[in-house]
Amino acid sequence: MSDAYVVGVDMIKFGRFPDKTVPEIGAESALLALDDCGLKIQDMQALYCGNLGQASGMVGQRILQQIGQTGIPVVNVSNACATGATAFREAWAAVKAGLYDCVLAVGVEQMGKGLLGGTGGGKGIPKEGLLGSGTMPAVFAEAGMEHARKYGTTFEQFAKVSVKNHHHSTLNPKAMYQIETPLDQVMNAEMIAYPNTKLMCSVNVDGSAAAVICSEKKAKELGLMKRAIKVRASVLTSDPWQERDLVMPDVNSCTRLAAKQAYEMAGLGAEDIDLVELHDCFATAEILHYENLGLCGDGEAGRMIDDGETALGGRIPVNVSGGLLSKGHPLGATGIANIYEVATHLRGEAGKRQVEGARIGMTHVIGLGSACGIHILEKAQ
Amino acid sequence: MSDKPLPVVEYLKIPDAGDPYLEGYKCGNCGATFLGERHVCSKCGARDQMSTVKLSNSGKLYSYSIVHRSFPGIEVPYVSAVVDLDDGVAIKGNLINVEPDPEKIEFDMPVEVVFKDALGRKDKDGNSYLSFFFQPKS
Repeated sequence: MSDAYVVGVDMIKFGRFPDKTVPEIGAESALLALDDCGLKIQDMQALYCGNLGQASGMVGQRILQQIGQTGIPVVNVSNACATGATAFREAWAAVKAGLYDCVLAVGVEQMGKGLLGGTGGGKGIPKEGLLGSGTMPAVFAEAGMEHARKYGTTFEQFAKVSVKNHHHSTLNPKAMYQIETPLDQVMNAEMIAYPNTKLMCSVNVDGSAAAVICSEKKAKELGLMKRAIKVRASVLTSDPWQERDLVMPDVNSCTRLAAKQAYEMAGLGAEDIDLVELHDCFATAEILHYENLGLCGDGEAGRMIDDGETALGGRIPVNVSGGLLSKGHPLGATGIANIYEVATHLRGEAGKRQVEGARIGMTHVIGLGSACGIHILEKAQ
Repeated sequence: MSDKPLPVVEYLKIPDAGDPYLEGYKCGNCGATFLGERHVCSKCGARDQMSTVKLSNSGKLYSYSIVHRSFPGIEVPYVSAVVDLDDGVAIKGNLINVEPDPEKIEFDMPVEVVFKDALGRKDKDGNSYLSFFFQPKS
């Protein structure tokens, strides 16, 4: 099978756009990604569109109604917070399989403000606050506290993740926020679900990101190899059975499984990765994933954040975009926005936040319930 | 309207005689135990090997969060707790009769399951509900 390459990729600056429709927001990044490689919608043979909020609303077709109705097949994808990565992966798989040689993937979301999740629904009476909490901040707090019980990880160490990612976002003009948040500010912010304060929760924003994926042959024909990004690995897993997974959604085992498969597919190890965009939906989650992705040994994640190893300039920079915590987390767009970020570094085009000499990068998302998507990307030779 | 309280979840059983209890479904093939009725084991895939078991009212605190912000109308703070029951089943609920302060909550602290009214919550028909809570073992 031929390799598949990202030849065009871009995202809009994340923000709040209540006056725009979901297809309008998606169309913006689709056009940016096409412009990034100088192609037209007429060059695209299929569209893979990720969106959660209007999962039954044919968002992909409505994007084409904005940018060109060429009659191509459209697949609308919904996979919780792994939606964008899943759409990208479906696009990649179709090119890998030889079905098409040039396709478009778009991820888009329009979010409200406020808490996500909750143990609602079902018969009888509301269960939230009666049978514990199903809000996302609490669920990820419980996952973080599991790490604390095993390794003594502290509130302060979790908070340092937020300090780092907010700092990174001051260097990213496409992030929702560009604001420094010192440690005392993070720790003294409104407590949402201990140990996650408000500044340790990802930002609900609107946004979109898109990528054009080509076969190697097509990319060469089009003269697009110079800025092309090779997809070295694309992996999607679901959550394997775990003893507590009925009451404690498991983000660890599906990530570990996906990381193992991704390193195998790429023929690489964690030591070969120059930067990572991982799923910091809450500050607690980032700590877990240092170990899940093999960036450090089990039990070393707290030390890793203390030592600044994952900050820009550190041994393995993580979430130099600002991450979901500060760049923002438009659910369906996040997976492709991560790919944009890593690709931008591999192209050497990341400006002030450039990871110097970045050659290989990894993206990771988790959709709770659970789905894990991992991609390993490399600058084309 | 029922003249007796209804169970908050179907795995809470209220017998006509005797105390309420939590019910699990145990796989006869691999031993995995689940909350709630099921016919296929999601650990090993065995079909029609499930049998009901009465779950222990005793366990240990595995993980928790202290919830300070919730949806409108829900009283905060409260402790959302994941408890490992002594027979190996993990269950989630509110940890009560403890200060919502990380200094006062210890991992692996022994807890017991207690059955009480569901914080006064009623359904649209006015039915009351019986719920379960965890509290530190005295």
